[in-house]
Parts: sequence; C-alpha cells; structure tokens
Amino acid sequence: MADVWARLEPHLASVQKPARYIGCELGAEVPAPAPHRVGWLLVYPDTYEIGLPNQGLQILYEILNERDDALAERSYAPWTDLEEVMRREDIPLFSVDTHRSADDFDVVAFNLSSELVYTNLLNCLDLAGIPVRSAERGTEHPIVGAGGHATYNPEPIADFLDFVVLGDGEEAVSEITEAVDAWKRSGRADRAEILRALAGIEGVYVPSLYESSYNDDGTLAATSPIDPAAPEKVEKRTIADLADWPYPKQQLVPLTEVVHDRLNVEVFRGCTRGCRFCQAGMITRPVRERPAEQVASMVKQGLRRTGYDEVALTSLSTADFSGIEDVVGAAMDDEVGCGNISVSLPSLRVDAFTVGVAAQIQRARRTGLTFAPEAGTWRMRQVINKLITEEDLYAAVDSAFSQGWRRVKLYFLTGLPTETDEDTLGIVELAQRCLELAKAKGHKGSVTVSVGGFVPKAFTPFQWFGMNTEEELRRKINLLRDAARSKKASNVQLKWHDPKASLIEGLVSRGDRRLGAVIEQVWREGGTFQEWSEHFQLDLWQKAMADQGLDMDWYCHRHRTEDEVLPWDHLSAGLHKDFLWQEWRDALDEVGLEDCRWTPCYDCGACTGYGIEHVVASAVPPAGGSQGTGQDLERGGEVPVTLLPRKPAGVSA
Amino acid sequence: MRLRYDKRGKIRFLSHRDLARVWERALRRAAVRVAYSEGFSPRPRLSFGLALSTGYESLGEYVDIDLHPEAGVEPTELPALVTPSLPVGMTAQVAVPLDAGTESLQAAVTSSTWEIEVVGPDRAGLQAAVTRALEATALAITVERKGSPVEVDARPAILALALSDGEAPTLTAELATQPRSLRPAELLRALDPAWREGRVLRTHQWTLVDGARCEPIPLGDLGARAATSAPHAEARAS
Repeated sequence: MADVWARLEPHLASVQKPARYIGCELGAEVPAPAPHRVGWLLVYPDTYEIGLPNQGLQILYEILNERDDALAERSYAPWTDLEEVMRREDIPLFSVDTHRSADDFDVVAFNLSSELVYTNLLNCLDLAGIPVRSAERGTEHPIVGAGGHATYNPEPIADFLDFVVLGDGEEAVSEITEAVDAWKRSGRADRAEILRALAGIEGVYVPSLYESSYNDDGTLAATSPIDPAAPEKVEKRTIADLADWPYPKQQLVPLTEVVHDRLNVEVFRGCTRGCRFCQAGMITRPVRERPAEQVASMVKQGLRRTGYDEVALTSLSTADFSGIEDVVGAAMDDEVGCGNISVSLPSLRVDAFTVGVAAQIQRARRTGLTFAPEAGTWRMRQVINKLITEEDLYAAVDSAFSQGWRRVKLYFLTGLPTETDEDTLGIVELAQRCLELAKAKGHKGSVTVSVGGFVPKAFTPFQWFGMNTEEELRRKINLLRDAARSKKASNVQLKWHDPKASLIEGLVSRGDRRLGAVIEQVWREGGTFQEWSEHFQLDLWQKAMADQGLDMDWYCHRHRTEDEVLPWDHLSAGLHKDFLWQEWRDALDEVGLEDCRWTPCYDCGACTGYGIEHVVASAVPPAGGSQGTGQDLERGGEVPVTLLPRKPAGVSA
Repeated sequence: MRLRYDKRGKIRFLSHRDLARVWERALRRAAVRVAYSEGFSPRPRLSFGLALSTGYESLGEYVDIDLHPEAGVEPTELPALVTPSLPVGMTAQVAVPLDAGTESLQAAVTSSTWEIEVVGPDRAGLQAAVTRALEATALAITVERKGSPVEVDARPAILALALSDGEAPTLTAELATQPRSLRPAELLRALDPAWREGRVLRTHQWTLVDGARCEPIPLGDLGARAATSAPHAEARAS
C-alpha cells in the first residue's frame, strides 16, 4: 500500500489552498487497507471546490463503503501548482481520504458532468501512472470507468474508458463490484475477461467491445458489437423509487470553501417539463419524487449532523415537488437552526406561486431572485417548449419586486433553432419590461441578463441541429450588448458565456470516436482545466482537429438528417428516436408539448420501455403551475395534436 | 467565553479564512447556541486571535465565543461538548468566562513562542546564527506588507531565541506580535536567507497582565497532560 502523505506533506504549504488535499471532512471514510475488498477510487476530474459537492459521487461513495466487499475513496484533479510538484517529485494521483496512490485501487471511476473536463480525465490517469488508452492497459492496472450526464455520448472518450455506466449508478456499482471481486478471486488473469463480464451488466457499456465504421462521406455507418458478450444496444439504468435510496446519509462537510456549500437533499429525480434543449430533463426520466416525510427527515437529520445553516432542495424544477410549501416550512422552522436556517431552491419555475415560496424562504435576506425564461419571445419559447407566457414572467417579477426583492437575474440561451434577430432582441425587451415593473413599484431595481450559447446535446430533440458558429453567437451577443447600452435599458446588466468554449463543448458533445485522438493531443499539448476560462485554449483544439484531418464545421454546424446514424445510436436513454424526431419537427413548427406528469402519456419510451412509472405524490399540477402543464397553453400556445398512440398516465402515489 | 484549542496534524493546512466556518458548524453540531450579529446578514458572533499561518501547528489557539443568552452551557462543559464536533486534529482544551470589556485577543496578545524546524543548517551552524543574531543590534530584512516589500528591523521583535533540545536543528523562539509582528519564516530569513522552515509549532501565546507575561488561558497540569499524552492527530481515526 503506497501512502504518499509523507512525500506530499512537505510541499503542501507552498501550494494554493492546501486544505483541498488533506481530506478530514466530516463524513469522510478512512478505510483500512483491505486487499480482499474491491477498492474504488472515485475521481472528479476538476478542482476540489467544484468536485466535492457532487452528489452523484457522494452517493456512490457511501453505497460502496456500506458494502463488506468494497471500499471507496475520493480524488480530485490537483491544481496546476500541485501537479507541477507531483510530476517533479514523482508523486502519483492519490486519494484525499487515506492518501493512497491511485494504482492501489481496483477501479478508478470518473464522474463526468461536462465535456470540457475530458482532458483532465486523461491528465488524472497519467498522474496515476495508468496508460490513458484502454488498449494499452494490462492486468496490473486498475479498471477505468465513468458515469455522469456527459457519458450519454461517451464515444469521444471511448478509447480511454474500460466501461461506462449509463444512468443511475446506485445499483450498477454493486453489480460491478461483484464482477470485479469474482475476477480478482480468479487471479485477475485476463483483462478481456473482466471487460466481457462488465458488458453483461445492465446499463454498463464497454466501448472496446464495439467498433465504429464510416461511410465515404465521413458519416457514421454503424457502431456494432465485435464480441458476443456485448449487447447490440446498451440501455440506461434507472432506479424505480428514490425512496429506496435515501442518500447521501452522511453528506460530506468540507473544511474549506466549495461551491454549493450547504446541505443538499434531492427531492426528485427526472423532469418531464420537456424543454427540448435540456439534456438533463430528457435523460433522467421518469419523474421520481422522494416521499415528503423522507425529505423532511433527511433535512432534519442532515442539519443536525452537518451543522450547516442552509439546505438546498435539489431537482431539475423544485417548485414542481408535490407539497413543496410544507417541506419548505418544516425546514425553515427546524428548531436546531433557532430560526437561522435558510432554504434554497435551485432551478425555480417562473411564476407568481414560485415567488410566494421564495418569499417564505427568504424572510430576512431578499437579495436576488433568479428565473430562466431561456428565450426572449413566445415564438422561441414554443420552439424550445419552455412554455412560459409573458404574463407569467411579468407576474413573477412584479410579485418579486413588490415583496422586497431588488435584483432579478434572468437566464437565456441564444443560438437556438430558428432564432431570428427579433427573438434575440426580445431578451433585452423582456429585461426592460421587468425594469419598468420595478419603477412602477417606486424603486430602481436591477435586472441581470445572463446569456449562454446553445449547445445541442445527445438524446434531445435538438440533437440534429447544427449549432451556431462562434461568429454568429458573437454577433448575437453584440446585438444584445448594443440594445442593453440604450438609455431605455440602463440598469440591465448583460453577462455572457464565451462562445469559443461553447464551440468546443458542441464539438465534443456530439462527437464520435475519431475525436479521441483530438482530445489526447490537446491534453498532450498541455490543455487541461479547459472549463476554466483562464486555461481554455481554442487554438489547441483547432490545431488538433487540423492535425487529425477533422473538420470543426462538419462536427459542430452541420444539421443532421433523419436517416443519419448518430454516434450514440447503440446506446439508449429509453427515449424512442422517433419521439425525439417528432419533437424536433414540432419544434420547427412552433408546437408545444404538455408535461406528461399530469396529462396522458405520449410514450417517449422512458417509462414504457423499462416497465416503470412516474412516482409523484399528486396527480394534479402544482398551484400556479404553467410551463407546459397544459392549463395555460390556451393563453398563448397551441395544444399539440396527438403525436403517438396515447396510454393512460402512470401515476402512483 | 474564551476557549483554548490546539491544531495539529493534517488539519494545520486549514487556512485562517476557513476557521470561522469550521467553528460555526462545530458549535451547531454540538447544539451550542451562539449569539448572532445584528443587521442585514446575521453571522454567529465568534472572534479569533492572531492568524496562524496555513501549515503551522499550534498548542494554543484561542477563540472568543459569544453564547446566546439561553445557551445554558457552562465554560467547564464546553470543551467536552464541542471537541467531538471539531475536525480530527483540533481539540478544545479549556474555556473560561469573559468579563464584559475584556480586551480582544488581537489587542491583548503581545508575543508567541514557536518551535521552528530549520531545513538547511546543522545544529552547530544554527547555534552560530543564533549567537550572531542575539549579539546584533539590528537585523534588516525585507518583508511583504500589504502587497509591497518593506525593509524592517527584525531584531526588536526577537524576544528570545535558542536551540531546542534534541537531535534536529530546531529553534525555540519568542517573537513579538506588537507593535510589529515577526513571522517564523521572516526570522529564518534574518538568520540565513538560504534556510527554509520545516514544521512550525506555536507553543504559546502571551499577554501582559500588570507587566507579567501570562497566557490568555493557562493550561497548568491539563496542558502538560494534553501535550504529552494526546495521540498524534494523524494517527487518530475519525
């Protein structure tokens, strides 16, 4: 067992934020070395501050450590200053829990939530002394896996990963542990043997057992199994009931500052609002609510155990949780906090009801409120199926300003399918109208508009869309800047994401296996921490694309046709491809689609394909609900025609 | 009340900036009610003494805690109550009530005693440097203050300096914190710019009461026991 602490320690005082590397958090496990157990090193390939709060990683960390046959520790990407020390002093990647070196573990598993961390994944493997390419690993090396939202199209990193878990990991990690355990007991003779065993686990994809072939025009012909152990199509894993998985039970409480530094309680998983740009909402279906009593007890026990004074009720749209007001009230009045507990609800829906809940949770500090209308005109919002009417938005903002808020932040996307300059400029017009509402209340108010360039993702209705070029995104941002500079729009603050980074996110998110060489080259030429603007280097990517004979335009800006084989067609998030295609056509026709939680099933495939159902406590939409719940559609939208044969909605209490 | 604690092992890499958050959470976990500040953004009322540089260990750190009027916790109970909630490597040792109007730790502490491991010289070389330093009337060094280099005289801040017992080249130094403080790293630079500090341990902080040097909270027998019998933090499981 290689403990690197003694070698690491003398250098820690000379690097930034050394508390990132010491572990010692409340909730950290310090497992004794146990060669008979399957050792997992769970790696978040970004900084500790970004990675520590990741709930997916923490859930698996606990589930594995509860098992008798497994142990799990954590690692994060060392910042560049420590990396330099590690390379100079020959210190390998280590776990923060016991400071054992990465090659002491049987499985090294990465949580990948964005495409721009892929070069960090290679860097972590290299620091661990593990060959970056799967084909070059021997029986002495750990098995390298990954999971997380980005891995729904794992093809660009297929050459580097031994296995990928699609979907919920709660059950899959145990089955993988058992397979690795059996392989260890049999003497770890043959690496191919464990890979074949892993391919037999539901939700596990082993890229090396598949081969991609290409047509003369460069498009993909097929990605097909080359081993009988590999299924034709790998289906995602879905846990049926969140109530069975009350994790994390022992959420990690860091010693040093991290993002989302608060108690997090997941109130439901999945979302059926059906926003067509949103990959998370498509791949995590169906909706599975945690029972309200379980939420309440996780909040209560969590606050006591952690000492946090803030709890976030997390999901993709928390105001949709059945009985949200009661849960929020209970958390606010929890006696342990003596009235000082604050509750945060990320991903707020846009309506007056939501502002009411927000008023309840921000009794004292009404600093800012954030909404995400995503697009500036009703036409555009029908295209993306984010069916917020202007009345909803203005009612929400008006209500916020009358209840004491002074700052409102609005999130938008630009570069959406069919977007015209009128749609783009609609963003600033909305913001101006919001300011006028503040003025009507007799105060100045401020509105911050945050604009991101739209990046099409796999398993969404927009997966066929050729994204805007960097120049086009920049032109649209300039349009917005000019409009925001006008006198009328003073006090509208505009912020935007770098279109260069969106371009590379777009390149990788829909890329195929040929991009592996590009990612490897960017990493070899020093391109790590690419999601950090000060480290992002577009030229490295452009050079690597050119050196590999690949065309950025072809990957990023080309509209795909219905018959094109997509790099993720041999994988499945449960969604029927014809459902997604129909949604793409409806988007172009500006036709919205209701939320199937409260309306009849349109058979997207996520429930029916897996024999599971929505788990929601209430069969009626929440009070004040809009955004595709159906009842507000007649105000502006068009009720869609039947798309596919309908079935009764599966709603269980 | 005023509480004395130590900070040893891996936790020494916790920065002073992070300390308040760690204490706030530990007190909440221990269900000790703390008074909150007034105003727009109420915070628990805790105040810390002189910052301990990230990476240094200490046997004597202090925090002043303003308890809620209804907290119902006696100073004698507080250390045992809060220690289980502190990170591994931090132990609350003793707490005393504070009279209203007691000088803040920042203002009251005039010097600290340090054990400083020196990387570079052997014991003889270190002894020679100590002798030179004590004989000197002035020791000019360049230090960074508020982001810019300033030349200062280190000598007046060196109140005591000697080699520690044992094999390793280690110094025991009492360095003033008022009117101007001298840091262990700056002391080494005054002795020889090529030397580096190894492990650094603050053993005492000192205040002056009626001209006599004493600790904000002396440990007495308790201190001797804690310093010798406490298992080393790194060896303790969480």
